[in-house]
Amino acid sequence: MSNNEFNNFKTVGNTKTSNEVVMSVENCNVFYGDNQALNNINIDVGRSEVLALIGPSGCGKSTFLRCLNRLNDTIDSCKVTGKIHLEEEDIYSGEIDVVMLRARVGMVFQKPNPFPKSIYENVAYGPKIHGITTSKQELDELVEVSLEKAGLLDEVKDRIHTPGTSLSGGQQQRLCIARAIAIKPDVILMDEPCSALDPIATEKIEDLINELKENYAIVMVTHSMSQAARVSQRAAYFHLGHLVEVGDTKKIFNNPEHELTKNYISGRTG
Amino acid sequence: MSNKSITEIVNKNLKTRYKKEARFKKYGQLSIFLAVTFLFIFFTSIISKGYSAFYQAEIFLKVDLNQEYIDPDNTNDLEEIRYSDFDGVINESLYSLFPQIIKRSDKRQLRDLMSSGASITVQQLVLDDLSLIGQTINIWLPLDDEVDMLIKGNIDVDLPEQARRISDMQINFIEILQKKGLIKNKFNKNLFLSGDSRESEQAGILGAFVGSALMLTITFLIAFPLGVSAAIYLEEFAPKNKFIDFIEVNINNLAAVPSIIYGLLGLAVFINYAGMPRSAPLVGGLVLALMTFPVIIIAARASLQSVPPSIRDAALGVGASKMQSIFDHILPLALPGILTGSIIGMARALGESAPLIMIGMVAFVVDIPTSPLDSSAALPVQVYLWADSPERGFVEKTSAAIMVLLVFLLLMNSLAIWLRNKYEIKW
Ligand SMILES: Nc1ncnc2c1ncn2[C@@H]1O[C@H](COP(=O)(O)OP(=O)(O)O)[C@@H](O)[C@H]1O
Ligand SMILES: [Mg+2]
Repeated sequence: MSNNEFNNFKTVGNTKTSNEVVMSVENCNVFYGDNQALNNINIDVGRSEVLALIGPSGCGKSTFLRCLNRLNDTIDSCKVTGKIHLEEEDIYSGEIDVVMLRARVGMVFQKPNPFPKSIYENVAYGPKIHGITTSKQELDELVEVSLEKAGLLDEVKDRIHTPGTSLSGGQQQRLCIARAIAIKPDVILMDEPCSALDPIATEKIEDLINELKENYAIVMVTHSMSQAARVSQRAAYFHLGHLVEVGDTKKIFNNPEHELTKNYISGRTG
Repeated sequence: MSNKSITEIVNKNLKTRYKKEARFKKYGQLSIFLAVTFLFIFFTSIISKGYSAFYQAEIFLKVDLNQEYIDPDNTNDLEEIRYSDFDGVINESLYSLFPQIIKRSDKRQLRDLMSSGASITVQQLVLDDLSLIGQTINIWLPLDDEVDMLIKGNIDVDLPEQARRISDMQINFIEILQKKGLIKNKFNKNLFLSGDSRESEQAGILGAFVGSALMLTITFLIAFPLGVSAAIYLEEFAPKNKFIDFIEVNINNLAAVPSIIYGLLGLAVFINYAGMPRSAPLVGGLVLALMTFPVIIIAARASLQSVPPSIRDAALGVGASKMQSIFDHILPLALPGILTGSIIGMARALGESAPLIMIGMVAFVVDIPTSPLDSSAALPVQVYLWADSPERGFVEKTSAAIMVLLVFLLLMNSLAIWLRNKYEIKW
């Protein structure tokens, strides 16, 4: 990783958002044991926008995403330094409890991973453990609204108590999105949410992300440049554990500054 | 290389590849065949030896419950009646079938045809219903085990008389009784309803069965919760360090420690140090729990590990605490596997005799245990004890006890399979 071209490297482009800042990352370094996976990352996440994380495999996109809800904590060898703020609070300093953090920063994974329980139970689980609703009726409503927002309600209305695992891949992923938004988070993290899906299911998820971004800050890892171009407003290019370039998606795709970004966008890195 | 030559090469290899496959299949079929053959021989031998233990020769007698023998002083006192001469009334009834027998030694030979259990049967009848005193009852009563063996064809009548434990005269008596239709094979409920006995025709396995059941209950109640908690701790909470590695290695070793050593440990700790009673299912259960504990830990850890990490991520991702993610999602998914592993571990414990012998469960116990503190036998030890008995009658009992043990094992393993199928999540 100690690539010469990265000595004293500074991210090019604009790491700030023009929207209201929801999360801000300062000087973030991540180590797996002795291996450094991320170097000095600085970037803001803004409300009502989709931030796309792009870059070749193994460059640290997932690692970065998992820093934002401290899911890296589950990996024993993983160490995170630097500051990550959710609004005013530093999430790694103990100012905010990790359970609380994950209630405010939801996540959707690469492979759809509904609980092997009913569709209803999948969506209701988060609200239940956090005590978000006070009555069964309220919970039922929340489940319905969440499924509705995830664009799944019409398809599953009459089988809400059947196993979530019996749905198709695309439906499962939308169920996972419904599960994430049921706890009313501020931020939704998505790690290649469409990579396991067919083009039609992918299109549905993309439409969904477009709608959701009005109310949430969304950070999404994607391998598909066209997807990044379609759904994101800002894009961040990672390379070998470094955040090379950040900026408006249009600018990154049409007029990248850094040589590495240019190479990647034009398809020379993969 | 041209395309043609590649096709040729592949074609050549293809044959050897398929041959290898066919050979491998043959080996597999051969080993399955061997396994099934041995199993078949094993079952045939046990069943053919043991099935006759499920019935028992009985004699039909008209017994006159004469007041001269039973409660002659008319006390109506149960204790008094208990000690009445029930053998007397049975013998009278027997003599009446052979009025020509008058010599005392001949009468004695006739008497010896009866099982000593016969008088107990009659005694119980009378104690249950005092109005029977003075009446005559028709009843099937058990014959002695030697007679039983003779009728089952297990005694060679061509041997010289001194070489058998049944005399020519007795054989003659039996033939006469059989001609009269007074001797019949009846279902031997005694086998399932009584404890051990020195007399093989009275020996039953209920005592050993109850002893084993009590032990397994204790084993399960102790080893299962402890084993599962230990596994959850090691899998989900324990820090990854040298000390935990050391514990892991030791647990794996414990699972492989010969069972007799657990018996010695139990003897030293539970009986000599803690002063628990010998031969008790409590101690047996504790020893078997120690033995099963590492097996359950290993099974439980394997099941916990096999829960897809994506489920863990999903639970943590919606903000479940570690406890919640474990108890709401991971454990339910691992449970079928944990149960299967535990039941198989328990089935192994059920079949153990060595550690139980160390803690004194080889004692001769007639009574059915009513609590885990009573002295008791256990099924495998009962098999050992009976196999060791010289009487011919215990040979079939041994096989019968093995059959009961096998059925018990079969039930446990079926339970394991049933639980797995019932709770297994289909993805
Ligand atoms: N659990 C882990 N333990 C050790 N190294 C890891 C782990 N997860 C990821 N890494 C390493 O961190 C680097 C970044 O991985 P990742 O964030 O998964 O990349 P991306 O998502 O961009 O493909 C890779 O070099 C990978 O090998
Ligand atoms: Mg990744």
